[in-house]
Amino acid sequence: MNSIALLSAAKDGILTGSIYALMATGLTLIFGVMDIINLAQGILVILGAYLSYALQVHWHIDLFVGLLITIPTMFIVGIVIERLFMSRLKGPEKTAMSLLVTYAVSLLIEGSLNMIFSVNDVQLQGWYVPKAFAIGQIHFGYVYVAGFILAGVLLSALYFMLYRTRFGVSVRASLADQTSAALVGIDVRRVSTITFGIGVAVTAAGGMIYGATNSFNASSSYDLISRLLTIIVLGGMGSLGGAMVAGVSMVFIGDMVGVIWSPVWSSMSYFVVLVIVLLLRPQGLFGKQLTRAA
Amino acid sequence: MLQKKNLWWVLAIAVFAMYPIVVTNPLFTTIAVFTTIYMACATSWNMFSGYSGYIALGSAVFYGSGAYTMALLSLHLHMAAGSDMFWLVPVGGLVAMVFAVPFGWIALRVRRHTFVVITIAVFFIFQLSAINFGFTGGTSGLALPFITWGYQNFNTPFYYVGLSLVVFATALSAAVRRSRFGLQLLAIRDDEDRAMGLGVKVSAVKITGFTLSAFTVGAAGALYAMFVGQIYPQFVFDPMFDVSIALMTFLGGLGTLTGPLLGALVLEASQQYLTVTFSNSSLYLILFGALFLIVIMFMPQGVVVYLRDRVTRRAEREREAVAANDLATADAVAPLDVAVGGAH
Repeated sequence: MNSIALLSAAKDGILTGSIYALMATGLTLIFGVMDIINLAQGILVILGAYLSYALQVHWHIDLFVGLLITIPTMFIVGIVIERLFMSRLKGPEKTAMSLLVTYAVSLLIEGSLNMIFSVNDVQLQGWYVPKAFAIGQIHFGYVYVAGFILAGVLLSALYFMLYRTRFGVSVRASLADQTSAALVGIDVRRVSTITFGIGVAVTAAGGMIYGATNSFNASSSYDLISRLLTIIVLGGMGSLGGAMVAGVSMVFIGDMVGVIWSPVWSSMSYFVVLVIVLLLRPQGLFGKQLTRAA
Repeated sequence: MLQKKNLWWVLAIAVFAMYPIVVTNPLFTTIAVFTTIYMACATSWNMFSGYSGYIALGSAVFYGSGAYTMALLSLHLHMAAGSDMFWLVPVGGLVAMVFAVPFGWIALRVRRHTFVVITIAVFFIFQLSAINFGFTGGTSGLALPFITWGYQNFNTPFYYVGLSLVVFATALSAAVRRSRFGLQLLAIRDDEDRAMGLGVKVSAVKITGFTLSAFTVGAAGALYAMFVGQIYPQFVFDPMFDVSIALMTFLGGLGTLTGPLLGALVLEASQQYLTVTFSNSSLYLILFGALFLIVIMFMPQGVVVYLRDRVTRRAEREREAVAANDLATADAVAPLDVAVGGAH
């Protein structure tokens, strides 16, 4: 262990963490607006990765160019899932039911992906995937840096949409209080559908970077969803800023533990950090204060 | 004097007790052992999550702890392979309860939907520990003393122990449901703040319920370990286990007594059967997911409640028809009475 290794781990944490932050933002946005925990987010990331894979293998479309196709496709997938299933969930058990429904959806997608692409691991390829440049002794993989920039661009776009457009005002109003939002004339149904679409659309970008930096198959989704859930709870469920901070810090801590102690404990450190934080702050880092036990 | 309702339970137990005598094919008795394990777990899960409304997706923590208790104790005590090992089944349950206290204390401090996620996180802490610590045997798992009673009747003792767990879990669940404690759990489900306002010690009640429900799951895990003879961390700490017992309970009817029993009976038996007959697990995932969606979409309260509602509704319709008839007669005689009659 030396300072270069530590710096390098810090770099990895921030670059990779930004991608997790992007995927988790979609999840927390959906939860905040709709009270739905989308357990399918993990498999949707993998679906996004497989879409990039299919475009690349069959039509030789570059990964980043392919995003112009995969992001809208995943948006539509999200809309379809919301229309078919999510919109039917109502009542006090809505959140619990949403867990089961989205889990069922993820089983359907997992089974289908296994049948179409087999269970063998694949990884996305591009001329830039194995390449890296160095600053001092620290190496920066092209894909990681590109992923960081991509996450930055998409998150900025999301923030612009939420804080600078009329639609964003409706989304934030629905985040704060659905009933009041409906009372002032916001079409909460439409906002929910589009929010779900957006929350799912970010998985296309997240999946592409994930697939280029890891080899994956459909069952990789379990690892992904457990990390994403941990991130949004740590950040405070429904808090967008919280998802960003938690996403970066979780991967950062994991990588640090990996370097300082041993890689086998790095994924466990997420969950331990989560438990410790929740002991001190049950609502998560940036969560709203506990009010009524909903 | 037995009530009619109790008679049905006695009959059901008798039918289940007869099963291995009638069905001797090892394939079907193996399926039956797994089915009883899941029936016990789903019932126990429902006793906390169904009654209190706190959906837990971390019960595999208890299942795994029970399984490892069975494996580690039987190995370190150098137990002879055989029926003595069944004594470790309740021990597995007790160890699971010991883990459940701090688990519940941490996880039950938060709101319901955060609780779900914390249970998942705690689950992963246990799974990763089992994979990474030395004494658990890591990913290669642990091999238990090899049981050598005959091949033909190998499953029968396991089946009866499993069935006793089902009976125990159901009796406990029924007792809780009728007790003051059970009412407190239900009050928490319906309105936690109001329950607290009315003097229910919500934290204590939740943690007690959570811990109590851990026992049967841990015992079932111990039985599983003894039955399969070799445990791996990814199978005893399996996220599918958590979701399966939740699904079984939802399928049957959350918060009902018969729901989880029925759900586990149908789902686990069919799942085991399908895995044996279909080797294509992807197709199975699709079928399972589709069934799951259909149930949740069309019978969100579970099959038991759905059927019960249909029966009640039909009875109501008949009563209405009768009432309408009476009304028509009454109308002909004295219109004034109708107003009084309508107020019933």
